[in-house]
Amino acid sequence: MAALNVNINSLELKNPVMTASGTFGYGLEFADFVNLEDIGGIIVKGTTLHAREGNDYPRMAETPQGMLNCVGLQNKGVGYFCDHIYPQIKDINTNMIVNVSGSSPEDYAECAARVDALDKIPAIELNISCPNVKDGGMAFGVTCQGAASVVRAVRKSYHKTLIVKLSPNVTNIAEIARAVEDEGADSVSLINTLMGMAVDVEKRCKTLSIGTGGLSGPCVKPVALRMVYQVAKAVKIPVVGLGGISSAKDAIEFLMCGATAVEIGTANFIDPAITVKVAQGINDWLDAHGCKSVQEIIGAID
Amino acid sequence: MKKYILDLRVRETVKVSGKHVLLKLTHDSKLPEMVPGQFVEVRIDGSATTMLRRPISINFVDYVANELWLLVAAVGDGTRWLTGGVKPGDVVNCVLPLGNGFTMPKSADEKFLLVGGGVGVAPLLYMGERIKAMGGEPTFLLGARTKNDLLMLEEFEKYGRVFVTTEDGSMGEQGFVTNHSLLQKETFSMISTCGPKPMMMAVARYAAKADVECEVSLENMMACGLGACLCCVEKTIDGNLCVCKDGPVLNIKKLLWQL
Repeated sequence: MAALNVNINSLELKNPVMTASGTFGYGLEFADFVNLEDIGGIIVKGTTLHAREGNDYPRMAETPQGMLNCVGLQNKGVGYFCDHIYPQIKDINTNMIVNVSGSSPEDYAECAARVDALDKIPAIELNISCPNVKDGGMAFGVTCQGAASVVRAVRKSYHKTLIVKLSPNVTNIAEIARAVEDEGADSVSLINTLMGMAVDVEKRCKTLSIGTGGLSGPCVKPVALRMVYQVAKAVKIPVVGLGGISSAKDAIEFLMCGATAVEIGTANFIDPAITVKVAQGINDWLDAHGCKSVQEIIGAID
Repeated sequence: MKKYILDLRVRETVKVSGKHVLLKLTHDSKLPEMVPGQFVEVRIDGSATTMLRRPISINFVDYVANELWLLVAAVGDGTRWLTGGVKPGDVVNCVLPLGNGFTMPKSADEKFLLVGGGVGVAPLLYMGERIKAMGGEPTFLLGARTKNDLLMLEEFEKYGRVFVTTEDGSMGEQGFVTNHSLLQKETFSMISTCGPKPMMMAVARYAAKADVECEVSLENMMACGLGACLCCVEKTIDGNLCVCKDGPVLNIKKLLWQL
């Protein structure tokens, strides 16, 4: 049994496996399939200051080894989260992390401040990279100035572990990572979805209601891996890797490329028990290779 | 209801029509309880073009034989594998049971009309069997394009009265289900329907006009099947609902359909 615990600054994870926001609900939806406490961290659905209806249906298109979505941050707002969802999840004995989104730096900061007041939420993941909303979201994540402005505003109102989720839809993701590091982010997570498009040839129209959507699933893994490698070289803060991870081997690739922890997203839809299988699989790999701790493989690739 | 991830073994595959296959699945231990109208998310293995599970409604559960039946139409690459690639003895991985079922009669003398079209007849067989098991007699109204597209008729006849429409008149009354003379002759306390959306909308229109309770089973495109991804939403009087978790069966009074 290898040591699987890792730290994201002051945040202690019992193992490096977390869930990607928007793919695991609030955790409760998966409680029949896995012991939630065996997951290193559960990053819940994107939350905004005010309720959002999200985009129209259709919101999803399947692609070879992947899927596009344009959900558009449907959620009932941070107030509803604090009053109705937090009480249901606060006693789950693992890191329950809220993904925070907004349409202005002030929105982000206020939403983050509300979550800061919740005792059992030790961290937030700041979503400056959602490709499916017109206002805010990815608009902030594609320039260094935009990303910095949101992190600066949130850092004033949020005092616990701050992870910033980066968009891959940029020319130089390492620059953005450095910009948010300079503003006091404790960690960066990457990649959010890659912007894509699908066409229905029979109907001669765009498949998704807003035309474009975010691509996820195994098809994005090589892109994600490359970006995690580049960012891990560029920043000193811990990097959380995600993008198409669906096995322990996939997760180990990200760890070797410099990720301190990983998130599992789309794979939860294919196997609702994949999170704990990946955590177990990392342990088995470490044991089989004589490693006493997962630390031995983090950043092992030069 | 507790949900499970189960490796089910294919006991038999029955070709029901040119493009429909009935999969009879079993499990080493006793199958969990499932209710009519719920569905199963089936993993599609060995397909280069698909990734997600396919939601398939529960056609029938035989607890004595420990069998779960899935009636599958070959529509795309995923269902083509299920209808062509799967052989007896193979293992099919299923997440089940998912979603909410149809409202069942409170007593045996409540008259329920079960209206199905195409492969949408699937969940109505299990529902009819459950109604008969409680001492009732369901009425089935089944529609299809032609006689050859009517699925599992002899099975439906085991559990209740069966009325049929075909678009070409090759069997039963000619026209759509909503044209059937039965609807002029009899009244029902509930209409439960599953099939193509235009058919369900026509049934809902009839029910609204006749002031009869009506539930429809929706099939919006899903990814997770668990209420996590929010892809399969339907607009309702309560805002966006997930068809997978809050449905797939919804009362027409909740929907924003223009009837």
